[in-house]
Amino acid sequence: MQRARLDRAPSAPISFGIESKFEFTLRNAQFIALHGIDLCARIESFRVMEQAEKPRVSTTGIVRPAFTESTPVSPSTNGYNVKAAATLSNDLDNAELVRMYRLMVLIRRFEETCGQHYSLGNVRGFLHLYIGQEATGIGAISALEPRDYIVTHYRDHGHAIARGLDTNRIMAEMFGKRTGLSKGKGGSMHIFDAAKHFMGGHAIVGAQLPLAAGIALAQQYQDTDVVTMVFFGDGATNQGTFHETLNLASVWQLPIIFFMENNLYGMGSAVGRVRHRGADFSDAMGAYDVDVISVDGMDVVAVREATQAAVDRVRAQGSPIFIEAKTFRFVGHSFADPGDQYRERSEVDLWRRRDPLETYPQRLLDFGVASQAELDDIAASVDAEIDAAVEFATNSSDPDLSEAFDDVYA
Amino acid sequence: MPEITFREAITQGLAEAIETDQNVFIMGEDIGEYGGAYSVTKGFLEKYGDKRVKDTPISEAAFVGAGVGAASVGLRPIVELMSISFSLVAFDQIVNMAANLRYMSGGQIKVPMVIRAPTGAGVQLGATHSQSFETWLAEVPGMYCACPSNPSDALGLLRTSIKSDNPVIFAEHSHLYGARGEVSDDYYEIPFGKARIDRTGDDLTLVSYGFGVRVLQEAADALAAEGIDAEIIDLRSLSPVDFDTVVASVQKTGRAVMLDTARKTGGIMSEIVSEVQERAMDWLDGPIMRVGAKDVPWPYNRGLEQDILPDADDVVEATRRLISV
Repeated sequence: MQRARLDRAPSAPISFGIESKFEFTLRNAQFIALHGIDLCARIESFRVMEQAEKPRVSTTGIVRPAFTESTPVSPSTNGYNVKAAATLSNDLDNAELVRMYRLMVLIRRFEETCGQHYSLGNVRGFLHLYIGQEATGIGAISALEPRDYIVTHYRDHGHAIARGLDTNRIMAEMFGKRTGLSKGKGGSMHIFDAAKHFMGGHAIVGAQLPLAAGIALAQQYQDTDVVTMVFFGDGATNQGTFHETLNLASVWQLPIIFFMENNLYGMGSAVGRVRHRGADFSDAMGAYDVDVISVDGMDVVAVREATQAAVDRVRAQGSPIFIEAKTFRFVGHSFADPGDQYRERSEVDLWRRRDPLETYPQRLLDFGVASQAELDDIAASVDAEIDAAVEFATNSSDPDLSEAFDDVYA
Repeated sequence: MPEITFREAITQGLAEAIETDQNVFIMGEDIGEYGGAYSVTKGFLEKYGDKRVKDTPISEAAFVGAGVGAASVGLRPIVELMSISFSLVAFDQIVNMAANLRYMSGGQIKVPMVIRAPTGAGVQLGATHSQSFETWLAEVPGMYCACPSNPSDALGLLRTSIKSDNPVIFAEHSHLYGARGEVSDDYYEIPFGKARIDRTGDDLTLVSYGFGVRVLQEAADALAAEGIDAEIIDLRSLSPVDFDTVVASVQKTGRAVMLDTARKTGGIMSEIVSEVQERAMDWLDGPIMRVGAKDVPWPYNRGLEQDILPDADDVVEATRRLISV
C-alpha cells in the first residue's frame, strides 16, 4: 500500500475520503500554485503517514481519526521520491545543503553530550532533547534572515544552534555558569540571545505564542518587513493561548509564522488521545483563515523549501501562516523519561529508520553534493566544537552569589 | 492649580505619552470605539487612530502577552485590563513573561510595559469582579506596582510608570475615578517607593494605599474628635514599599494601624507589619493592628458586601483596641 501511494504522480491531490482533508489538500495545492514551488513531492511522505491513521470509534459513536501509531514511508525511499527529483533542491546551493548537514550533526552531538553531562550531574533541572527533530528546526530557521525573530518552546537547544548561537555559551548555560547566555539564571528551557533575535526558550506550554504575536505587532507598528517565527508542539494546540493568538494574528493580520513541530506526543499523551481531531490539523486553522502548509519534518530540504515559501509570503504580504511539520523525538520527553511507557518500541523504530542523520547524508552522497570524506571532516569539526564547548563550560565559573540580585530590574 | 478628577488625570497622562513618544500605544478591551469601560480613553481612537489605540478581542492572555512581546523589542505598550480580577486569565503572561523575562534572559531583555487595571470592591459586582490582586502582583520580583490615591499622584505615578523600563502594574481603585483634587500645571513625576505623608500626627500611624487612604482620612477625623492625633501614610506603590517612611513614623508615634482594602489574610500589610516590628520594636507601645476585608469571597448583597469591606469604623475600633492594650 505504501508503494502504491509513492507511485502516484507527486502533484496529484489525494482524497482521503474525508471532506476536510480533501480541502486541506486543495488548500496546499492552491498555495503551491500561487508560489510556483513544487512542494508536493516533499509532502508526499507526510501524506502517506496520514494514510496510516485508522478511523477510531469513540465512546460517543463519532468516528475520529486516530494516531495511535505512525507508519513512516519505506526507508528504502529515504522519504523522498527519487524519480521526481533531478536535484536535491532547486533553490539551495551545495554549500547551503552541506551547512545544514553540519548543523544537524552539531545539534545531535550537542544533545548527546548534554545527556552525558546530565548523567554526570553537570547539567541539572529538566533536560528536553531535540534528538530526532533536527531536520525540522534547521529547515525552518535556515529560511530566516538575521533580522527575523524566533520565539520557541522549552525544547530549544536545537533552535538555538540552528540560529547560530554560540555553542560555548549555550553549553555554559546548561552547566549554569556565569558565561552562559543567561548568565546561568535561565537554564536549558530558557535560552535567549536577543542580539540574534532569539527571544527564548519558554517553558509554559503555549505561553510563547502571545509573546511572538507582540513581536510581530511591533514589526507591523514600525512598518518593517521582519518576520516572526514561533515554534510550538502539538501539545500547545490545546492551550487557550494557541487559539487566542491565532485569532489575534488573523484579526490584526500580523506578519508571523506559526510553526508547529508535531512530534505526535505532548509529553506522554498521543495527540490522537487528547485532541478532538487527532493528528489532523488541516482544517483547525480554517476558523481563523490562516493558510496551512504541512510538511515532512524529517526531510530538511522539504522543511526549508516550505518554510521559505511561507517566509517570502509573510514578508511580502504581512499576514500569518501556519506550518505543520510532522516529526518525532527519538528520546523521552525529558531526560527523566525513557520514552517507552506510552509508545510502542516498533513505532520508535519505524521513525528511527527515517533518522535525518541517516537519510540526509545519504542523499547528499546520492546527489553528489558532498563526498564521504567531506562528511567525515564535518563530523570531526563538530566533535572538536563540542569538546571545546564542554571545556569552556567546565572552566567557566559559577555566578557570584551576589549576582542573584542582578537583572531583576532594568 | 486646577482641580481635576482622578479619571481626567489618567486620561491626561495617557494622552501626553501618546503625543510625546511614538513608541507608546495603548491596547485593551473596548478602549477604542467604546471609549473604555470607565471612560478613561474616551475620544482617543478618533484623536490618535487605531495604530496607537488598539481595541483587542476578549483574550486577556493573548493581548497582555502581545504587550510583553512588543515591549521586548522596544515599544512601550500600555495595556488596560477591564478589571484587575481579569488578570487571573493573564497571570502566566504577567508573571512568567512580563516579570521573569529579564531575569531568565540574564538581563538581555527589557519589558517597558504598563498594565492598568481598575481594582477594588464595593459596587456589588460579586466574587469574580471585586478582587484586589495588586497585593498578589506586588509580591512578584521584576515588576513594579503603583496604586495612586488621588489625581495628582495618579498623574505623577503614571508618568513614572510609562517611562519605566520595567513592567508596572498600575492599579486604579474604581471608587476613585470621580474623586477630585488639585494637579499642578508644571510637569512632575512621582518616583516609586516614596510614600506620601497625607496628614501629620503624633499619636498614631495609619498606613494604606489607594482608596484605603480615603478610609483612613475619615477614620482620622473621627479619632481627632476623640483627641487622638493620627498620621496618615499613603504608600503610593506596593512594589517597592517605602518602609523607611513607615518606620520613621512609627518611631515617632509608637503605634500603628494598617489597612488593606484587599482581604486581610495575605494582604500587603502583613509584610509591612513584619518589617516594621523588626526595625522599630523598641519604639512600639503596643501591637501593630491590621484591618482588612474579611476572609470570604466577595458577596453580592449590599449589606453583606459592606460588612466584608473594611471601613473607617473598623479602623477606629482597631485603634481603640490598640490604645486599651
